[in-house]
Amino acid sequence: MASYEAVIGLEVHAQLLTKSKLFCTAAVENDSVEMNSNVDVVSAGLPGALPLLNFHAVELAVRAGLACHCDIQLSSRFERKHYFYADLPKGYQITQLEKPICKFGYVEIGEGTSQKNVRLDRIQLEEDAGQLFHVAKSTLVNLNRAGTALIEVVSAPDMSSPLEAKQYLKRLHSLLVHAGVTDGNLEAGNFRCDANVSVRKVGVTKLGTRAEIKNVNSFRNVELAIEYEISRQMALLESGGQVIQETRGWDAAANKTFSMRKKEDADDYRYFPDPDQPILKLAQKELDRIKKEMPESPDSKADRLSDEWGLSAYDVNQLISNRGMMDFVEALIEKGIPAAQAVSWVLTDLQGALNHHEHQLENSPVTPTLLAKIIHLVISETISRTVGKELIEAAMVNKNFDPNEYIQEKGLEQVSDHSALKLWAEEALQNNPEQLNQYLDGKDKLFAFFVGQVMKKSSGKANPQLVSQILKEKMLKVKS
Amino acid sequence: MESLPPSNCPWERGTRELFKSIKTKKISANELWKYCHGRAQEINGETKAYYQIFDKAFAGASVDSSNNVLLGAPVALKDFIFAKGNECTAGSAILEKFIAPYSASCVQRLVDHGGVILGRTSMDEFGMGSSSENSFQGPVMNPWNLSRSPGGSSGGSAAAVAAGSAPFALGTDTGGSVRQPAAFCGITGLKPSYGRVSRFGVISFASSLDQVGTLGLDAYGCAKLLESISGQDDRDPTTSHADAFKYEEPGAGVFKGLKIAIPDLMEEVEMDGNVKAAFEDFKIFLKTNGAILATVPMPLLKYSLAVYYLICTSEASSNLSRYDGVHLGFGGEKNVSLAKVMSSARSLGFGSEVKRRILLGTFALSAGYRDAFFNKAAKVRRLIKESYESIFESYDLILTPTTLESAFKIGDRIQDPIKMYNSDRLTIGPSLAGLPAISFPAASSGLPVGMQLVAPYFKEQRLLEVVDAYQEASDGFRPGLAPYPFEGATHG
Repeated sequence: MASYEAVIGLEVHAQLLTKSKLFCTAAVENDSVEMNSNVDVVSAGLPGALPLLNFHAVELAVRAGLACHCDIQLSSRFERKHYFYADLPKGYQITQLEKPICKFGYVEIGEGTSQKNVRLDRIQLEEDAGQLFHVAKSTLVNLNRAGTALIEVVSAPDMSSPLEAKQYLKRLHSLLVHAGVTDGNLEAGNFRCDANVSVRKVGVTKLGTRAEIKNVNSFRNVELAIEYEISRQMALLESGGQVIQETRGWDAAANKTFSMRKKEDADDYRYFPDPDQPILKLAQKELDRIKKEMPESPDSKADRLSDEWGLSAYDVNQLISNRGMMDFVEALIEKGIPAAQAVSWVLTDLQGALNHHEHQLENSPVTPTLLAKIIHLVISETISRTVGKELIEAAMVNKNFDPNEYIQEKGLEQVSDHSALKLWAEEALQNNPEQLNQYLDGKDKLFAFFVGQVMKKSSGKANPQLVSQILKEKMLKVKS
Repeated sequence: MESLPPSNCPWERGTRELFKSIKTKKISANELWKYCHGRAQEINGETKAYYQIFDKAFAGASVDSSNNVLLGAPVALKDFIFAKGNECTAGSAILEKFIAPYSASCVQRLVDHGGVILGRTSMDEFGMGSSSENSFQGPVMNPWNLSRSPGGSSGGSAAAVAAGSAPFALGTDTGGSVRQPAAFCGITGLKPSYGRVSRFGVISFASSLDQVGTLGLDAYGCAKLLESISGQDDRDPTTSHADAFKYEEPGAGVFKGLKIAIPDLMEEVEMDGNVKAAFEDFKIFLKTNGAILATVPMPLLKYSLAVYYLICTSEASSNLSRYDGVHLGFGGEKNVSLAKVMSSARSLGFGSEVKRRILLGTFALSAGYRDAFFNKAAKVRRLIKESYESIFESYDLILTPTTLESAFKIGDRIQDPIKMYNSDRLTIGPSLAGLPAISFPAASSGLPVGMQLVAPYFKEQRLLEVVDAYQEASDGFRPGLAPYPFEGATHG
C-alpha cells in the first residue's frame, strides 16, 4: 500500500454560558423546564419580532477568541443562513460568515518534539435550532433551545492524525471551560464536533476530497470516527475508487461512519447580511475590559497548582481537565484543608460517591462546606477516614445532613482507647493463626489484613494508626 | 371635478383646525370617534378601504395630558401592524385569522399619545404591490373615482383618509407604499428616515427598506402623527438613537432662499399631461416665493428600479420563510411529509405576486448568482446613497412628482408586473438611501397629482414645514377629502 497522510480540520459548536438567548430575553433551557416554556416572540420567530443582541454572548465569544490567541474584530456582522426545517422557526439561522467576531488564532497541542500549533480560521457567533421529538406518527417541536447562543470554532486543516484531533479537542475544551465560555458538557450536547477528513498520498500537495463527519459528541468517538474514516478512504483509493464529498454520520455502536447525504443534495443556504441588525461594533474600551477580566488560563492555573499547592503532575492534570472538581478543591483549600488531602478526598471519595448515586458534581448534595467539615473531623481524629467516607455516602441520600448528629446517633467516634484496641488486636491474631504464621515467615503484605480485621471489629471506628502500632508491638512479642 | 368635501366632516378645514376644535371643546373625542366609526362604515361598501372597523376604539389605558398629542383622534391602521388581540393578516391568506400576540411599538406609542385605532385597512399582500389589488380580500377602490386604484400597498389607509373616515392613518413604505397611494388619493403621506420609527411589531417585507409612514389630510397631520410614534426603541436595533421627532411650526419665509434640486431624470421621463402641468405650476409657486431651483445630474437613479427589486425580493424571500405551515400558516395539507406540509401551505397561502417575488429573491441570493445580483445591487445601492449625500451638500431638498401619472384603472396593470413596478420609479430612490420623503397633493384639474420632496437624513422637519407652508398658502385648493357621493358610484 502506498503511503498516505490524513488532513483533518474540526468545527466545534460550544454553547455559551449566557442566562438568556443570543437575540432575546428568553431564558436558556435547563432540562427541568417544560417544553416550549422558554420561548418568547423572538425565539418563536413571530412576525414583527426583531433580534436584540445579547452582549454577554459577544463578551463570551471574545473571551473564547482571547483564549485561542485570535484577532478580535471590532466590527463584525451577522448573516442569515436559510433552510426549511421544523426545528427552525424563522426559516433561517442567524450566524456569521464573511465577518466573524474572531479571526485566526491557534491552539497548542502535544508536548516536547510533537508540540504544534493548530491554527484557527475563525470563531463565529450563532444561534442554535430547536429540537424535534418523534412520537408515534407525529413529530413534536420544542423551541426551548431555539435561539440559544453558540460559538462555532473552525480550525484550519492542520491535524494529521486522530490523536492530534483528540488532543486539539481536549485542549480547546479546557481553554473554553476555564475561560468561562461554556460548561463544556458533552453529554448535554453543549460541546459538539464535526470533523472534516481527507487523505492524500505523501508528497502530494493538493488536498484530497473530504468527507464531513457530523455531530460526534465525545473525545474518544471523534478519535475513533476519524480513525475509521481515514482507513475507509485509504482502502477506497487503493482499490481504485474515489472519495466523494459527502456528509457522514458516526455509528458508535457499529464503530463506523455511514453516508448521510451527498454534496449534490446539499442545501444552497443563500447567505446574506441580516438586514434586521446593524453592524456589530465592539468598542476598544470594552475589549480592553474583557481582556482585563479574563479568567485564569488553564496553564497558569496548572502552574499555580503545582507551585503553590505542591500537587503532583497527575493530580494537576486531573483537575485541569475537570473544572468543576478543581473549583471544589479550591473551595476546600480555602477552608483550610491541605491541598493533597483535598485532592484525594474530591477525586477519590467524593467522585466515587457521586458516581454511585448518579449525581452530577454541579448538584452534589455534598457541598464544599460539608465536605470540609467531614475532613476536619478526620484530621482532628474525631472519626476515622473510613467513617468519613461513610458520612459522604450518607449525605448523598439525606437532606440537611449534619455530620455531628450522625456520628453521635451511630456512635461512630473513633476509638483510641488502648485497652479496647488491644483486645481486638489480640482476637485478630488468635483467630487467624495461619495468616499469622505466614506473616511471620515474611509475607509482609498480610499486615494490612490484620489491620482490616481490627477495623472490622470496631465497625470502622478504630484509629488506624494506633491499630498498626498495637499490632506491630504484639507481633514482635509473638515472634520473640 | 367639483372639489367639495362632505360638509359636516370635522376636519374638512384641515388637521390644525380639528385639533383646535377638540381643544376648544367644539367637538369631543367621543363625538369624533362616533363620526369616524359611522363614516368608515358608510364608505367601506364602496371603497373596501377597511378589512375591519373596530366596534370599540383600541386605545391606551390612560393618557398623560402632557403626552396627549393626538387628543383622542382616530387613526386607521394598515393591516401590517400589530394591535394586540386583533387579527393582523398582511393581506395574506397565509395569515388569515392570525391574532397579533402583542402590540407594535408604534401602536403602543400612538395610543400612549392619545390616538385611538379605528380599524385595520386593506393592503397589497405583504406590502407587495402598487395598487392594493394583490389581496386575499379583494381590491380597494379610490374614493376620487371608484374605478381607479388607490395605489398601494397602503391603499386602504390612503382611501380611508381621502374618503373622510379618519383624519389620519398609519401605513408602511418600502419603496413608495405610503407616498404613491397618498398621491393617487390626493392626501399627504410621509415616509420618515429609516430608523425614525420602530419596526417592532410591524410585519417585515424588506427589512432594510421598510419604514412606518404617516398619512393625513395635510402635512400638519402627518407631523403630529409622526410625533406620536417616532423615537428609539430597545426592541428594534435599527432605530436611531436620536430624539423623538417634535414638530416646530414653520416661520415666515420658509421658501425664501430654499435650494431645490431636480434630478435630470425628469427631463427624460414621460409623464401624463396633468402631472406635468401640476409639476410646472408647483415649480412656479416655489420660484415666486423665493426658492432657487436647479436641475442636477443623478445618473444612477435610472438603476434604482433594478436595484430595488433585487434587494426587496431577496430580503422578502428570507423574511417570508417563516410562513412554513409548521410554525405559521396552517392552510396546508395534514398527515403528509414535512416538505409537503410546507410546500402546500405556501402554495395555498401566498398569492401570485408574493410567489413571484419569493422566487426572484431566492434566485438573486442563490449560490453562483448572489455576486451578480444581490451583491451588485447592494453596491449600487451604496453609490445611490452617496449620490444623494453629495447633492445635499449643495441643496436643501430634491423635488420630483411622486408618480408619472394619476391613479390608473383597477385591473389595468395587474397582469403586467413590469408596468406595475414602474409606478415606483420616482419613490424608490429615497427608500434605497434611507431618506425621508413626502408626497403631497398639488393643484390639478382632474384626478389628484402628488409632488414628492426628499430631504437629508432625519430632516423631516424641513419636509413638513415646507409642505405645511405650501398647504396654508394655497388655501383655495385643499384636496384630500374626495367629493361625496364618490364618482363612479353605482348608486345615489
